Amino acid sequence: MNPNNYLVLAAILFTIGAFGVLVRRNAIIVFMSVEMMLNAANLAFVAGARSTGTLDGLVAAFFVMVVAAAEVVVGLAIIVSIFRSRRSASIDEPSLLKY
Amino acid sequence: MIAALIGLPLAGATALLLGGRRTNAWGHFLAVALSASSFFVGLGLLIQMMGRPAEERAVSQQLFQWITVGTFQVPFGLHLDQLSIAFVMLITGVGTLIHIYSIGYMAHDENRRRFFAYLNLFVAAMLLLVLADSYLLIYVGWEGVGLASYLLISFYQHKPSAATAGKKAFIVNRVGDAGLAIAIMLMFTTFGTVTFTGVDAGAGQASAQHLTWMGLALLLAACGKSAQFPLQSWLLDAMEGPTPVSALIHAATMVTAGVYLIVRAHAIFDLSETARTAVVAIGAITLLLGAFIGTAKDDIKKGLAGSTMSQIGYMVLAAGLGPVGYVFAIFHLLTHGMFKAGLFLGAGSVMHGMHDDVNMRHYGALRTMMKITYVTFGLGFLAIIGIPPFAGFWSKDEIIHAAFGQNTFVGAAALLGAGVTAFYMTRMMAMTFFGEARWQDDVHPHESPAVMTIPMMVLAFGSVFGGMAMLFLGDIEGWLEPVTGFAQPANAISNTILIPITLVTVLLGAGYAWLRYGRRPVPVTAPAQVSILTRAARADAYGDALNEAVFMRPGQYLTRSLTWFDTKGIDGAIGGLAAAIGGISARARRLQNGYTRSYALTMLGGATLIAFVLLLVRL
Repeated sequence: MNPNNYLVLAAILFTIGAFGVLVRRNAIIVFMSVEMMLNAANLAFVAGARSTGTLDGLVAAFFVMVVAAAEVVVGLAIIVSIFRSRRSASIDEPSLLKY
Repeated sequence: MIAALIGLPLAGATALLLGGRRTNAWGHFLAVALSASSFFVGLGLLIQMMGRPAEERAVSQQLFQWITVGTFQVPFGLHLDQLSIAFVMLITGVGTLIHIYSIGYMAHDENRRRFFAYLNLFVAAMLLLVLADSYLLIYVGWEGVGLASYLLISFYQHKPSAATAGKKAFIVNRVGDAGLAIAIMLMFTTFGTVTFTGVDAGAGQASAQHLTWMGLALLLAACGKSAQFPLQSWLLDAMEGPTPVSALIHAATMVTAGVYLIVRAHAIFDLSETARTAVVAIGAITLLLGAFIGTAKDDIKKGLAGSTMSQIGYMVLAAGLGPVGYVFAIFHLLTHGMFKAGLFLGAGSVMHGMHDDVNMRHYGALRTMMKITYVTFGLGFLAIIGIPPFAGFWSKDEIIHAAFGQNTFVGAAALLGAGVTAFYMTRMMAMTFFGEARWQDDVHPHESPAVMTIPMMVLAFGSVFGGMAMLFLGDIEGWLEPVTGFAQPANAISNTILIPITLVTVLLGAGYAWLRYGRRPVPVTAPAQVSILTRAARADAYGDALNEAVFMRPGQYLTRSLTWFDTKGIDGAIGGLAAAIGGISARARRLQNGYTRSYALTMLGGATLIAFVLLLVRL
């Protein structure tokens, strides 16, 4: 099996995700973009595991999923609490923690 | 017993300084008594010493082990030999007379107790200097003398000029002290010991170069304490102190220390021709310079100060001649101690009667008002110019004789010095005691009390008979020979021809002065239109100007440029670095803008960069 197609797809997904993180203002969208980047990485891991026939990539993919789940829990909680106090989900709004 | 010599005056100084005001009433009597008892202890030791044969006369006393560092040991030991005892008699004898005189002179001074404490300290320090048995212990006395002279010269501390003069004496002496310190270090590296016996024994094996440097360092030390060229400038300013102090510094203590040091270190000078030549040159220069300065001074004390420089120059010159001269250097030192102390006490007595006016142009015709002062000062005058059979004649003539044996130029300088000495001393005599009265208003000259005149009479007696007594009764040459060595000068000119020549020179100098200042009226204000030489002599031969131009100004420039370099260079570099880092961080801080997306971009950029680098390395 040629993993190249999968890897190209993973790269495209990662790029779209990174682009989304950088350009979108809505925190929920940014969050989704991050998820997309994580899943792109997962795809690359799984493709790698399949092509070499080892379990390493699959184990790494599970770890990524666990991290992603934890991240979603904490991240969404933060976004909800910010939204409650500021009535906005813009990611540029809370920029108080600076020089 | 030797320790008692130093201990008695030291105890006096301690008691008076620690006792405070409680000792005001009787403090000066205590000081006189302790100084006098030190004299009598010295007299006892002298009589004991005379009773022993020549080779057993030197005695030592080890008090305690002073410094022990590995194999280097310096005992705190005292050494009394024929040379030391001569100094002890001079210091305690003349010192005691000056103590007695000071009772009268300082009678109205509210700080009299402090004055006597310092006098005792001075005597004690000087005695330690001449009784020490190692050069390191000499250094202790040497510094003690420096301290005491500082305290006494700036005794009238409310006067800025006196305070400055004290500091000047102290600082100029520091230069000389550095010489002594260097000499001691050289001795330690060369001989491994600094005791007299060790140095005398090791001198024969040391290299000529070491000995020369040691000799030159010792000469520098002697120049500082003995006010020899080029470190002479403090001596004239030292006249700011009370007159008895001047007498003490110029006759019994302080300035004699340099001559003592050279004679004591004769083992080194005997072996180094170069060092001896330097000593002779310094002596010859100073004796002419001092005499030259003396000729133009209207201040009676400064005139005498110039004279001291000149006379010490004779001693240093004699000491530089080697075994031919050591004995005569000490001989002249002893006679000079007597007549110069007498002259200073006489000057003090005149000032006492003239409301502390020191300007000789305000004196005149005092011989009728102050008969005792006139006679005692006159006898000192005859002694210093070297009229036979007064004390100065015997010693000075021997030095001139020995100087001609060394070198005609040196001899001629000494001879010329004798003529100039006669000139300025006659001028002083004429302006003070003869001529018409030029007293200021409400000055009523009167003779000083007996407590002042009696020491003057004793010293005048010494000025008349001291030279003969030491030469013929005491046999000074034979007495000092075991310590310093003695050689008859090999001479081109015999004494029978030289004595008349010297006397004629002296009479010419004196006669010329008498014509100018005795026969003609002396103007009350110093004439302004004077020759360039007179102007130079009035300005102390520009000694201060020279020091200022050569040392003070460049020193100030040096410190100023160093300060500039420190503030601008060093501080600038450090401060600039700090400012640069501060500025950079102030700018770098701006990157922390709080926008999540910019952090995300940074992270992405960083990750990309790392990935790129990894790829590059892989390829």
